[in-house]
Amino acid sequence: MIQILDPKGNQVGTPPNVDPKVVIRMYRAMVATRQFDDRAMKLQRTGKVGFSIPNEGIEAVSAGAAAALDASKDWIAPHYRDFAMALFHGVKPQEMMDNMFGNQDDHARGRQMPVHFTFTEPIRWLSISSPLGTQVPNAVGIAMAMQKRGEDGVVLTSFGDGSTSTSGFHSGMNFAGVTQAPVVFLCQNNQYAISCPVEKQTASSSFAIKGEAYGIPGVKVDGNDVLAVYDAVKKAVDRARNGGGPTLIEALTFRMGGHSTSDDPRRYIEASVMDEWAAKDPIARFRVYLEREGILHPGDADDIQEEFAAVMKEASEVAEGKARPALETIFSDTFKDMPEHLKAQRDWCISHYSSRDESVNEKGEFPL
Amino acid sequence: MTTATKTKMTLVQAVNDSLKCAMRADDSVLVLGEDVGPKGGVFLATDGLTAEFGEERCFDTPLSEDGIIGVGIGMAMNGMKPVCEIQFQDFIFPAFDQIVSEAAKMRYRSGGQYTVPMVIRTPYGGGIRGGLYHSQSGEAYFCHTPGLKVVVPSNPYDAKGLLAAAIADPDPVLFLEPKALYRSSKMEVPDEEYIIPLSKVATVIDGDELVVFCYGAMVPVCTKAAERVKESRGASIRVVDLRTLMPLDEEAVLDAIRECGRVVTVHEAPRFCGFGAEISALAAEHAIEYLEAPVKRVTGFDTPFPNTLEHYYMPDTRRVVDAIEEALDF
Repeated sequence: MIQILDPKGNQVGTPPNVDPKVVIRMYRAMVATRQFDDRAMKLQRTGKVGFSIPNEGIEAVSAGAAAALDASKDWIAPHYRDFAMALFHGVKPQEMMDNMFGNQDDHARGRQMPVHFTFTEPIRWLSISSPLGTQVPNAVGIAMAMQKRGEDGVVLTSFGDGSTSTSGFHSGMNFAGVTQAPVVFLCQNNQYAISCPVEKQTASSSFAIKGEAYGIPGVKVDGNDVLAVYDAVKKAVDRARNGGGPTLIEALTFRMGGHSTSDDPRRYIEASVMDEWAAKDPIARFRVYLEREGILHPGDADDIQEEFAAVMKEASEVAEGKARPALETIFSDTFKDMPEHLKAQRDWCISHYSSRDESVNEKGEFPL
Repeated sequence: MTTATKTKMTLVQAVNDSLKCAMRADDSVLVLGEDVGPKGGVFLATDGLTAEFGEERCFDTPLSEDGIIGVGIGMAMNGMKPVCEIQFQDFIFPAFDQIVSEAAKMRYRSGGQYTVPMVIRTPYGGGIRGGLYHSQSGEAYFCHTPGLKVVVPSNPYDAKGLLAAAIADPDPVLFLEPKALYRSSKMEVPDEEYIIPLSKVATVIDGDELVVFCYGAMVPVCTKAAERVKESRGASIRVVDLRTLMPLDEEAVLDAIRECGRVVTVHEAPRFCGFGAEISALAAEHAIEYLEAPVKRVTGFDTPFPNTLEHYYMPDTRRVVDAIEEALDF
């Protein structure tokens, strides 16, 4: 297993040659993610949003991998637990909070549950689906299109340990092996698929080894070590970009929270295991390194945390204050051009609800 | 004006011709599936494509339906126009999740940021001694999926023009090809590319005493039935080929119901929740005052599709004639 920083932040491998500005962006994306999590949990516990997906403990996987991509030409086909990938590339917390509330500015127009993000800028981020593993063959198709046009973009697709049991994982890996499409498969092995441990997903000795069956090299990294993740993903991205084909990377990490805000991991994970992994925290470890290297100065880390706590609080307040999407959005985007039967259903819907005095105006909007 | 040349061809040749026209006109059109490459497909629908356009544009894939559709979706999202072949519609179900959860919902769930302009071609239907797994008509599953268009041609001319429309369409289209009609007859088809708009029915035979709604391989069956009833009792039977099941040309369907007053629907698929039920409901909701008889449904049975006895399962001319006469005599 590749490791550059041990759990205490000691350097045990050669750090990748990467601009300190990028290193700081990784750290900031990880802290921003944890603060987003914290705010999302508060919102869910106070009944303001219905759902969130905690990222605590896995932030290094997402941030390290995202940093290896070129936003001008690469795509992300993400796992749902990958907020740091978006934040690293400069997606605005406001856009994410708008999705949490499903308000009128949500890119998904309030149609999806919270955290099912979709972005085209600043990086192409495949709209998230709830069924698992489906994004894997989609990612391969995106990459095959690049390959056919002779472009040098790469697609990073991520998924959890549980998703390796899906047909999507198998089909996607198999197609990529055969076509040598420029894809990086990133398995975020956080050791639990909701409550099911890895032993119930596979009898393989690792997830990385599964690459062998598809003719795809497999690499295992310490997923709580952001530099190791970056290093492994960067090498895989470079290889794919240069026509060397796909790579499967297993990043071993641990989900420190529930699967979702509706899940209580204490029902199936021993407290001692939680404590053991808390001591391997990816942010604490990275901070030790950055302070030792002089990339962060004393007080910087606390300032960054406070900065993002304030950013997330404000973004959530702004999102909460926005109106709901209009009734029209139930019908639009089903097809590019709305068929007659949907126009009829839309007109009926708007007329019906605007006559019921439920804060719906005659245009089907929800004015504040 | 140049004189348009035409060639006599079968339905499967028209599919092939339509693919070639689309691939010549647009480099982003790709064909993928099992055995679609040098072999040209098990029904030869993709014959000659790899030879003309190369393996980059018409290629064999692993034997993986969810993979074919899954990568097709990715290619469609990233600027290509994939035409995916599923060898038999009966084999499409491993890809059901990709079709229903991903292709059909991508535009909606991304607020229009991502779209899937993809065509899924697949032969459907019975009459070829294919038994349980080479005979099914699964259109109802897909018509019940918002975001997906469902098209069924019934003759070579329509097959070419409707497939061209499906390829040009900005949304995912399931193109169900009646394999029983693949080589059953030939028809003059223009050599040039042309488009038959989706969501437009075709009146195959005009009439005003009763309307038969049908599609795909049931169209020739219904046409023969209408002719037989006309011969036997001089009744004026209209036959409407629906051609696009979703989005349905509801206005045209309702006009035909109102003008004729008697309705028979015909499909090979099982009756329960079949497409005939939707037509029947449209008639009941919007045109009941015009109805002079109960809507009759002629369909396959609510069983799996048999092999030896398939011709007792599928609607044939006699069954359609009987339904027409029952409605006329009500």
